[in-house]
Amino acid sequence: MNEMTTPQGPATTPADWASNQEVRWCPGCGDYAILKAIQRTMPQLGARPETTVFVSGIGCSSRFPYYMETYGFHTIHGRAPAVATGIKLANPELDVWIVTGDGDGLSIGGNHLLHLLRRNLDCQVLLFNNEIYGLTKGQYSPTSRVGTTSPSSPWGSVERPVYPCEFALGAGARFIARVIDTAQKQMPAVLERAYRHKGTSFVEIYQNCVVYNDGRFEEFTDRRSAAHTQLWLEHGKPMLFAGGTKGLRLNPRTMRLEVADVVDGDTSEIVVHDETNKGLAKMLVSMRFPEFPVALGVIFCDPRPTFEQALAAQRRAHAGEGPADLDQLLRRGPTWEVRRQG
Amino acid sequence: MATAARADSRPALDPAPDHVVVRFAGDSGDGMQLAGGQFTIATALAGNDLATFPDYPAEIRAPQGTLFGVSAFQIHFGSSRIDTAGDQPDVLIAMNPAALKVNLPDLRLGGLVIVDTGEFTDRNLAKAGYASNPLEDGTLAPYQVLAFDISRQTLEAVKDFGLGNRDALRCKNMWTLGLALWMFGRPRQPVIDWLKRKFGPNELLREANIAALNAGHAYGETAELAGPLKPFRVAPARVEPGLYRTVTGAEALALGLVAGAKLAGLPLFFGSYPITPASPILHALARMSDLGVTTFQAEDEIAAICAAIGAAYAGQLGVTSSSGPGMALKTEAMGLAVMTELPLVIVNSQRGGPSTGLPTKTEQADLYQAVYGRNGDCPIPVLAARSPADCFEVAIEACRIAIRFMTPVILLTDGYIANAAEPWRIPRIADFAPIPVRFHDAPPPAGRVNPYERDPETLARIWIRPGTPGLTHRIGGLEKSFATGDIDYSPANHQRMTETRKSKVDGIARFLPPQGIEVGEPSGDLVVVGWGSTYGPIRQAVEAARARGLAVSHVHLRHLWPLPRGLGEILRGFRHVLVPEMNMGQLKTLLRDQYLVDARPLSKVAGQPFRIAEILQAIEGMLA
Repeated sequence: MNEMTTPQGPATTPADWASNQEVRWCPGCGDYAILKAIQRTMPQLGARPETTVFVSGIGCSSRFPYYMETYGFHTIHGRAPAVATGIKLANPELDVWIVTGDGDGLSIGGNHLLHLLRRNLDCQVLLFNNEIYGLTKGQYSPTSRVGTTSPSSPWGSVERPVYPCEFALGAGARFIARVIDTAQKQMPAVLERAYRHKGTSFVEIYQNCVVYNDGRFEEFTDRRSAAHTQLWLEHGKPMLFAGGTKGLRLNPRTMRLEVADVVDGDTSEIVVHDETNKGLAKMLVSMRFPEFPVALGVIFCDPRPTFEQALAAQRRAHAGEGPADLDQLLRRGPTWEVRRQG
Repeated sequence: MATAARADSRPALDPAPDHVVVRFAGDSGDGMQLAGGQFTIATALAGNDLATFPDYPAEIRAPQGTLFGVSAFQIHFGSSRIDTAGDQPDVLIAMNPAALKVNLPDLRLGGLVIVDTGEFTDRNLAKAGYASNPLEDGTLAPYQVLAFDISRQTLEAVKDFGLGNRDALRCKNMWTLGLALWMFGRPRQPVIDWLKRKFGPNELLREANIAALNAGHAYGETAELAGPLKPFRVAPARVEPGLYRTVTGAEALALGLVAGAKLAGLPLFFGSYPITPASPILHALARMSDLGVTTFQAEDEIAAICAAIGAAYAGQLGVTSSSGPGMALKTEAMGLAVMTELPLVIVNSQRGGPSTGLPTKTEQADLYQAVYGRNGDCPIPVLAARSPADCFEVAIEACRIAIRFMTPVILLTDGYIANAAEPWRIPRIADFAPIPVRFHDAPPPAGRVNPYERDPETLARIWIRPGTPGLTHRIGGLEKSFATGDIDYSPANHQRMTETRKSKVDGIARFLPPQGIEVGEPSGDLVVVGWGSTYGPIRQAVEAARARGLAVSHVHLRHLWPLPRGLGEILRGFRHVLVPEMNMGQLKTLLRDQYLVDARPLSKVAGQPFRIAEILQAIEGMLA
């Protein structure tokens, strides 16, 4: 299913992945934790800095490449998926990571993200969702909840939000995962799964904007209540939370998930997570807190041939149909010779 | 049988002319472009010099019989040098009343008009807005007329194949082409070969079309015997010896881009989004993967250029292509390519504007956009092709500048050049100088690499491919330090980087040949300065003016930014400067700005190329 990448060259340490640039996010920003987790994870993946490219758009999250000692391209607003497509098609050997945010990836760049996902380019998309425009000083974003007050919505926003994982699933993503910026324990494993997956791996990361949207996710990220608010998914295991006392079951009459109490450890009614089941994935990404816990971890993983694999296969299949020599190509079709006269 | 041609006192057509202009016109579904294209190949194979002008509506299948649904294909061919598709047709083939109505005003007096009487029904006459039948009311008196029922002749020719009426009538264009081939003494075999390729296993349509072609040809022979129709003989042109083919601008451009990549030893990455009239370049390249070409049909114009930028960053030759509206969308990304100093070729097949404008009509009104149209001080070299065949060399030149100077380059062509065909003496790739490429791969002895380290002569920055050990670095749209390549917003640094980007692009002129003179002396009374597809009519008009004793010269620009060395001196050597352009005077502004000369515009934005006569009249007007 998913191939393992063989490490080339000596082992790296997290320090090898940190650039010499001073990190310029606000103190306390959730981006720091994500950066740290990624720098910590890269050595475990066996990835190499020189074959790794971080591509970003515009926004707080998009400063990310400057802080990684890899190849990096800080592009323009919303266009990272397009630039990444050119990079990966030109050199499929590179590990391409896209770092984007809710505004960059789902507003100005929503179209590119849609097409990246449906084409299934082999890359990782890390979408930092803080439900706000940070770098432009706090306007509501496409993921902001209805009623978000901001400089551009002084009476509260009226637009219904887009849910990143629902969007990704609808766009045809073959890998969807979700984590929280502070989940340092779980994040490396999710990142590793995303890295190993061949195709576009979409990872939504709930990220706290300490200045413009502080505590937005606190209801379910607070460690004290996390056991009751978070459901960490494991393929092949019943979907349990609250210390195993609650789980999700499917109501066959409504065809909806519902929260069920687990009595005496009997999980026979609890749905077993199958990450290849798109129908289940649809239900998991549609669950809203607090009626449901927040589904975290790998929600959906069902690989298909990647864009670059499909293109390469087609090229091979049609190789030799046209001239491989340019001079021959120029001379193809009706030609005539003019000889020297007189 | 044929209605006898009207006896007429007008000057008859010369049976052995030096050059002839023929226009095929019909409904957009009549296959006039196909007939014209095949007639072009037959004409080229007969050794004539030629130029064509396909002119078709924006609608794929406009309602039948309407004036706006008329599609036309004009070809000018002869035994001497041909630079334009011709001011006025000598022969007009009109497949219905609408085609006659739209095109008759262009036919020269005494010219020959061939019409399909089968289409001159009351209904079609009404659709074309004819109150009475022009075949009968004297409208055609100033012309020679061959009026006969081509529709019926075609049905007769294909009746054995059992096609439905509709399919049978679709062979009309081949019947007409057969007649045209007979009129000019062209062999049918190349067309028959083409029909065999086109219809392949569909034997019925293949044989029916061949039968229609043969019938049209035979009709000519018979009609000649009967009297009214005489064949023309146009002797082959005396041209430089060599192997020739016909080529459209779009074909030549695609081939030139592949040649540029090959000369550089780089794979070609072509990111594009469908748009009229640029799409034929994408179509041509989509089949060239054996030559190291990757085509990417992006989700939009922005993604198309951004993917090309990504490919350039990864070490390929990145190219994107569009037309005016798409260029507008790509603008921000062009700025990114300027900031990151990556090689990129941006092709603009200009059409009539603004906004959606006239998608299928030609114009050259995107010069301001190319030279000036970006935020910030954002210089990009700009080149323009002058003819279909010229697209090949200009494409190579654009690739060369992009790579040598690590810069995006804009290549301007237009809808006329893209679709028009002309004979092309096929070059050998080995005749072109290679384009040296050096990927930087040596880690610095100490410290970190500065990706903005520059060649002191060209000011081009180093090109580092991701994947190269020891040279990891970050680039992007934020201003970077001249010294380290890190983000740097300091006032002195932005001043220095802006000046450096300007110096780099300005400096390209030092490496280009000085401006030459196309026709005439380096000084005189009037210089006509042009760029792009106005080449043909300007050249012919200047030749004509000189033949009348006027001291006129022609200067034609390939490089529009930076402008070539020596251009200012040339302009100052003339009393008058005339700039004919298919816009409201954009090069005129550029010349005034750069050289403080009193350049005068001659503007035409009719969606049609200039006529020679229009430019000649302006020349004479200025010198009167």
